[in-house]
Amino acid sequence: MVSLSEFGAIFAMQGFNGLSVFCVLLLMALGLAIIFGQMGVINMAHGEFLTIGAYMTYLLSKLTTEYAPSLQPYYFFGAVVLSFIVAYGIGYLTEMLLISRLYKRPLDTLLATWGLSLAMQQTFRSIFGAKEVSATLPDWLLGSFKPTENIDIPINGVFMMVLTLLLTSAIFLLLFRSRWGLQVRATMQNRVMSGAVGINTRKVDRATFALGCGVAGVAGAAFTTIGSTGPTSGSLYIVDTFLVVVFGGAQSLLGTIASAFSIAQTQSTAEFFLTGSMAKVLTLSAVIVILMLRPQGLFSVRVRK
Amino acid sequence: MNAAYEKLLGGRSGFIGLLVLAALLLLVFPLSLDIFRLNLVGKYLAYAFVAVGLVLCWGYGGILSLGQGVFFGLGGYCMAMFLKLEASDPISTKIQSTPGIPDFMDWNQITALPAMWQPFHSFSFTVLAVLAVPTFLALLIGMAMFKRRVGDVYFSIVTQAIAAILSILIIGQQGLTGGVNGITDLKTLMGWDIRTDSAKLILYFVNAGLLIVCILFGRFILSSKLGRLLMAMRDKEERVRFSGYDVASFKVFVYCVAAMFSAIGGAMFTLQVGFMSPSFVGIVPSIEMVIYAAVGGRMSLLGAVYGTLLVNFGKSYFSETFPELWLFLMGGLFIAVVMYFPNGLAGVYHNQSRRFMTWLATRKSSTLTTQVTLTPPKVAVEKTEKINIVIDNANLEASK
Repeated sequence: MVSLSEFGAIFAMQGFNGLSVFCVLLLMALGLAIIFGQMGVINMAHGEFLTIGAYMTYLLSKLTTEYAPSLQPYYFFGAVVLSFIVAYGIGYLTEMLLISRLYKRPLDTLLATWGLSLAMQQTFRSIFGAKEVSATLPDWLLGSFKPTENIDIPINGVFMMVLTLLLTSAIFLLLFRSRWGLQVRATMQNRVMSGAVGINTRKVDRATFALGCGVAGVAGAAFTTIGSTGPTSGSLYIVDTFLVVVFGGAQSLLGTIASAFSIAQTQSTAEFFLTGSMAKVLTLSAVIVILMLRPQGLFSVRVRK
Repeated sequence: MNAAYEKLLGGRSGFIGLLVLAALLLLVFPLSLDIFRLNLVGKYLAYAFVAVGLVLCWGYGGILSLGQGVFFGLGGYCMAMFLKLEASDPISTKIQSTPGIPDFMDWNQITALPAMWQPFHSFSFTVLAVLAVPTFLALLIGMAMFKRRVGDVYFSIVTQAIAAILSILIIGQQGLTGGVNGITDLKTLMGWDIRTDSAKLILYFVNAGLLIVCILFGRFILSSKLGRLLMAMRDKEERVRFSGYDVASFKVFVYCVAAMFSAIGGAMFTLQVGFMSPSFVGIVPSIEMVIYAAVGGRMSLLGAVYGTLLVNFGKSYFSETFPELWLFLMGGLFIAVVMYFPNGLAGVYHNQSRRFMTWLATRKSSTLTTQVTLTPPKVAVEKTEKINIVIDNANLEASK
């Protein structure tokens, strides 16, 4: 007989698990929600931009433990900034050299960025080696928080949630409450008209794409708190990421959040009853079936074409 | 007769192209390569089925499926299940705790053959399943997606997810599918040992023959009215729809054909290589198969075969000699093909041959008498016109 408190504890832990999966999915999808959702560019190298962030964090953790141990507890904040800057820079270059020439051929962008992702994976392998690496976490991120006997909440999970919340609100403010965001949305909705009212659409494209990549970099940095990084870890995320964005309704940030939440809860609940792989199969299949019934996703934005 | 010549073989230039390919596959390779290399080529040609299918559905239909590995794998697995059952007869598996079932089932503590495997004792059922199971799946996916007018990009993402699902499923269900190792140790096909050199040679010819049949079938589709509609749909879907055509059904049809081609390739792959594993099902192999078609030329059935051979030769050469460089090259190939050669090898060939033809024509007309010169320029003009159409298509695509 399971007592009520134990049942409550299982429920709370399960809920927490679901929330951490939600944060992971949302972090992965945020960058893509900008790149694919707003711009309509299929960036198959998105996973590699996550990996860039993870490797930058690893690099910084290694540097601080070696040369400045006193800074070690705080390196993570620097890592987030560094990941953003590096991923932003590489994203900027990618847009300039590759994406900007392919805006009119979306399916070809898909192939070209897949090629880019292969080349990036090999670059990671050449620089950091084929083995998986993990950043040394500062002490305050380890351990767990125990409100009652049966509940055990890991600190790094809480940290991820806080980061997710901050990043999501920052993106929301930037896209929907700032002048720049207005320009971005105007450009995506009607490029010619935006150009006519004096928006430099090229510049907006470039910055938007780079911003999406930068956000992916920050997400990658966050992932080092929960797992190790290898040259091909990014490619593991790509299917989930795209499904989250498509399922939510590509142009809606709220939709992305809602879809990440529902997919995460389904998956973690299914994992409780089934094996991990079957839970994944079940979740993905459910998403696909729903997408077949409702191709525009959960939340669709009405845009006149 | 004349109609068949024009339609199936694509007139003189198409016929010559096909003849060259057939000679290469059926004469040059078997005569010049040893059996190990020939078997390798056979394996590549099994991939070429997928590429030919992709030319139909992507190049002409505008449907980019990133999940062709699913159909390749399903075809391959159906064939592998039959061969595996034959290889695990009670006598050769008597050391197992349950003799008569495949070895990986025994390792996974399964004591009776699952119902899903039962019908694969029959060869005729297996052949039917190889053709029908993937086609039916394609029909389901196609009906669900195209009837609801899901756009090209979304379709690509969904097919990619399906490839991911199937490979996770196969790896997860170890007892049923052999898990990540796949189905291995396949020995005989109805008592005929498929591992001997002579069997490999025969299978190679069967494979090459089937491939040529598939190309002919593809040509037949493309030269029919359906082929023209496919191209029209790819370039202006709405207009075709407003003309009263049921666009979705055409898309479903061409997608199913591509799936069936892939499945045949998968089954031939299993027969020639002697195993099937989830590594041919997932996202990475599926996208790699797209690049075969892209390198060969997405608008050319014959080009797809050359593209497949070229990429695979390159892959085996570079991954042996410069393993570090291979992924860079592959990535660069994707980017270069998309940015600079959207029509692949076939496009380059067309441009060069056109240049050569005009050069030939101008040379002849300046040296020979007028009486004779009348014919060569006419051929050249005809050719140029054809090429212009191809280029126009490419331009249309670029401007879309």
